Amino acid sequence: MRRSVLRPLAALILALWLVMPLLSLMIWSVARGWRFPALLPPELSLAAWHYAFSPVSGVLGSLGLTLFIAVATTVLALAISLPAGRALGQYRFAGRTLVLLLVLAPAILPGIAVALGLQGLFLRLGLTGTVAGVVLAHLIPVLPYTTLIMTAFFAGFDPEHEAQARCLGARPRQVFVHVTLPAMLPALATGAVLGFLVSWSQYLLTLGIGGGKVQTLPLVLFTFATSGRNDLTGAVAIIYVLPAMLVLGLTIGLSSRWWQGYRGTGLVRPLVFGNHR
Amino acid sequence: MKGRIRPLFLLAPLMLVLGGMFGAALGLTLLRSFRVMPSIGLTEPDLAAYTVILTAPNFLASVGMSLWIAVVSAVISAVLALATALLLRQSFIGRGLLATLIHANLAVPHVVGAVGILYLFSQSGAFARLAYAAGMIDRPGAFPALTHDPYAIGIILLYVWKEMPFITLILLARLQTIGPEHEAAARSLGATQWQAFAHVLLPMLMPALMVATALVFAFAFGAYEVPLLLGAHAPEALSVLAWRSHTDVDLGARPEAMAMAVVIALIGGGILALLTRLVWRFGGQGR
Repeated sequence: MRRSVLRPLAALILALWLVMPLLSLMIWSVARGWRFPALLPPELSLAAWHYAFSPVSGVLGSLGLTLFIAVATTVLALAISLPAGRALGQYRFAGRTLVLLLVLAPAILPGIAVALGLQGLFLRLGLTGTVAGVVLAHLIPVLPYTTLIMTAFFAGFDPEHEAQARCLGARPRQVFVHVTLPAMLPALATGAVLGFLVSWSQYLLTLGIGGGKVQTLPLVLFTFATSGRNDLTGAVAIIYVLPAMLVLGLTIGLSSRWWQGYRGTGLVRPLVFGNHR
Repeated sequence: MKGRIRPLFLLAPLMLVLGGMFGAALGLTLLRSFRVMPSIGLTEPDLAAYTVILTAPNFLASVGMSLWIAVVSAVISAVLALATALLLRQSFIGRGLLATLIHANLAVPHVVGAVGILYLFSQSGAFARLAYAAGMIDRPGAFPALTHDPYAIGIILLYVWKEMPFITLILLARLQTIGPEHEAAARSLGATQWQAFAHVLLPMLMPALMVATALVFAFAFGAYEVPLLLGAHAPEALSVLAWRSHTDVDLGARPEAMAMAVVIALIGGGILALLTRLVWRFGGQGR
């Protein structure tokens, strides 16, 4: 009797706690003249949204730029992680543990420890202030996740399947397209969504390497947040969160179909092998 | 291509990109921290930058601040995550909603959460307004400082908000692979519910819990944008102090910023080493 009330109550408090910060941003985005001590906005307005979507604000341009950087980083990271995951997952060789540690290190070492030196390095290479430089820099925090996920996949993938296809006369390209690729789709999808989210959330590396010239959404959001325009900040925050939620939701939906029996935490099963961010 | 050469060949792109950039960046940081900067005429390595930062009270205060933030955030997140994961294993009304919200949290960047926390807990935020409406305060300044405060409460609130769901998800995945059999066996042998949890389930969850908590600790220790938005001016979080020294107009301050980065990396590396030892000790299961 007591439990039947306590559990939903605890869940309700947790749910409220998880929703509150986002809810407050949503309300701010349509509030006008909402000063202390008013509990609710005296007036609702879409002015912040109009401004955010107008070409003057540059928010939509930043959205496109952030998307491009996140997609480019993810594609590059997957292309690098695929062979690397194969080597780490299917071969036992001297120095394997060392390579795994090197892969893990950028995920654990604080970004600031890398950002300062990387800025110096990219300055010499002429990569600071460029989108290409920012994409390369984002690879550092993204590669650990994609590599660990591909490693976990290949550790459980039997190369015999490929050998059989070859025996039956399939060419290497056919083996890849018809055997390897379908088997690794779920791992690729998980790697892609994590890679995307990690790049999407980067702040310091973009600031350090982009030098203010590459204005991704987190940088724009930060500028609004520190200028005291709460309504604009709210609107930009929501524009910034929605694509990431969409990507995550789609992947969870797809992967729960792929991993039946892991419904609800579909994304997370391969996540245990790697980690987040 | 066979045998020994193939894995090296497959690893080449990763080693080139990750090893190359990451290694060169760390190497450059190290060199500059020893004040080797040929461009401004410094060629002899010395330890002056380290002497300066290690004797500066503001640096040590920042180290303390960042450690405080990381420890408190990681411990609170881990305890709440354990409770939440166990709660989500039961069936009750609203379970699906809570699970969805916990997943959705993964997609929220830290900056967004930080602004949300600011609008809720600042002295003119939602809770201050509620306190005013309830007659508890008469002006914004009477509301306790929960953001930009010396105890970093706002920063810790944000990390708990963001990292509790992350640890919960890792624990849920682990719980699914463990299954209910072990606890059921313990109960049938006469263990109480608490004993079955404390002596059977908890030890099995420990490796995953520790790895996740260490990751949260490392992140909260070194993150930059969250303390920049929610933190006090003094003492600053370590990463904020390091970046500010780095962007100082005085080029002479650069080696000090680099030395700070090295100290931060050393503490982070220490956590990495501890983590690997823990995972090895508990066997491969927590990986």
